[in-house]
Amino acid sequence: MTLDRATPMVKFAGVTKRYGRLTVIDGLDFAIAHGEKVALIGPSGSGKTTVLRMLMTLERIDGGVIWVEGEPLTHVERGGRLVPADARHLRRVRGKIGMVFQHFNLFPHMTALKNCMEAPMTVLGLPKHQAAERAAELLDMVGLAGKKNHYPSQLSGGQQQRVAIARALAMRPKVMLFDEVTSALDPELVGEVLNVIRKLGAEHDLTMLMVTHQMGFAKEFADRIAFFHRGKIEEEGKPEEFFGNPKNERTRQFLRAVLDAV
Amino acid sequence: MMGIRSIAVMLAASLALVAGLSTTEPFRTFMPGLIEGAWMTVRIALVGSLLAVLFGVAAALARLYGPLPLRWLARAYIEIFRGTSALVQLFWLFFVLPDFGISLAPFTVAVLTLGLNVGAYGAEIVRAAIGAVPRGQWEASTALNMTRGQMLRRIILPQAVVAMIPPWGNLFIELLKATALVSLITISDLAFKAQEMNQTTFKTIDIFTLVLLIYLAISLAITIGMRLIEGAASRGLARGRAH
Repeated sequence: MTLDRATPMVKFAGVTKRYGRLTVIDGLDFAIAHGEKVALIGPSGSGKTTVLRMLMTLERIDGGVIWVEGEPLTHVERGGRLVPADARHLRRVRGKIGMVFQHFNLFPHMTALKNCMEAPMTVLGLPKHQAAERAAELLDMVGLAGKKNHYPSQLSGGQQQRVAIARALAMRPKVMLFDEVTSALDPELVGEVLNVIRKLGAEHDLTMLMVTHQMGFAKEFADRIAFFHRGKIEEEGKPEEFFGNPKNERTRQFLRAVLDAV
Repeated sequence: MMGIRSIAVMLAASLALVAGLSTTEPFRTFMPGLIEGAWMTVRIALVGSLLAVLFGVAAALARLYGPLPLRWLARAYIEIFRGTSALVQLFWLFFVLPDFGISLAPFTVAVLTLGLNVGAYGAEIVRAAIGAVPRGQWEASTALNMTRGQMLRRIILPQAVVAMIPPWGNLFIELLKATALVSLITISDLAFKAQEMNQTTFKTIDIFTLVLLIYLAISLAITIGMRLIEGAASRGLARGRAH
């Protein structure tokens, strides 16, 4: 399959997710272009985190198809029909995606360096020296060259989150997912993590999807804002437009509420 | 919990007491036989414990992640060996199994029974410890595209092991005490030697006091060993916790 820039990096087509009788994602259609930076915002329970989790295959979807670079993520095409994919297919497509979590989820029994070396060695089969080199470079990039041999519990929240970003990048993903990555941090540590993300944004090839409550950052950083409400995108647009002139009443309500809180 | 130092002091005291007593009559005459028996007890406890860990880990993994038939098998194993008496299990393997054409040496029967019995309890410890590893660890490993096996081996088990060590220590001590049962299937362990000597000399107080102290010394040694292992296993995890 030949891919051009016009093929979306990620496309949700009629994706539905239910927890029991509760529908959290309701027939979502959503396409993200190569290198695009999209911020997902919305009230809690609106389904924005679920969107990231489905894309990372942490949640099974109940309907629809997620496409990654024109290839179905959880399905394969067989005889013109889409059937559920096996583990090998899932792993191959999932390899294009990396994720950073709200609570870091670093491996507590490994140093910062080892955290970043583990998957490149076990999953990608990188030799040790190469994995160490890559990990050291990335830790340097996130400003933690001096903390290589520290265990997660010896690092501040902001430092841990930066290690987590380096760890995800070590797998060379094409899409990075950020799930409320500053929400668990003390206010004075938020800036250092956002700075790292800004730096990543300069890499035009990396597609980024972030769930965030940092409206200021979303406005400055994202190419597009998507406002979620009850499992659907209620309104989306370029940041200036979205924040400057929101069309939807719910969007206006939400923005008033969060901006008042600041 | 008691510190490792105070346990070491207790161990030294019980060993000193055994050594002191063994130079005086009538203890001196019993000592060589009891040492021989104690060595057998230690060997059975060691091999039995090793098997218990193997059975426990295998049963827990089978129950959690195995295909359905294997899950049922693990479940049945755990319930049967936890739910029946160790003595009956021992007799069954020793006296009944030969009727099915399988005759095992007494030592094999002893370590197999103890291993299977304690392993059934151990399986639940392993399962609980794996379950106690935060879900975020699984999710992070999935996001890094690891396979189930890689996650377990590299991420989950190393963390779960730390939580498993103290309860396993308890089980090893239970196993040590249960080794006395094997004297009933012709093995000359510590309990067997003690009974044998008691029947010929009737020095009940002396013999069983010594035996008590020897069992205590072995169990204290196990406790110390487990503490050392715990310290080594939790190095990365504990280092930060102290800060």
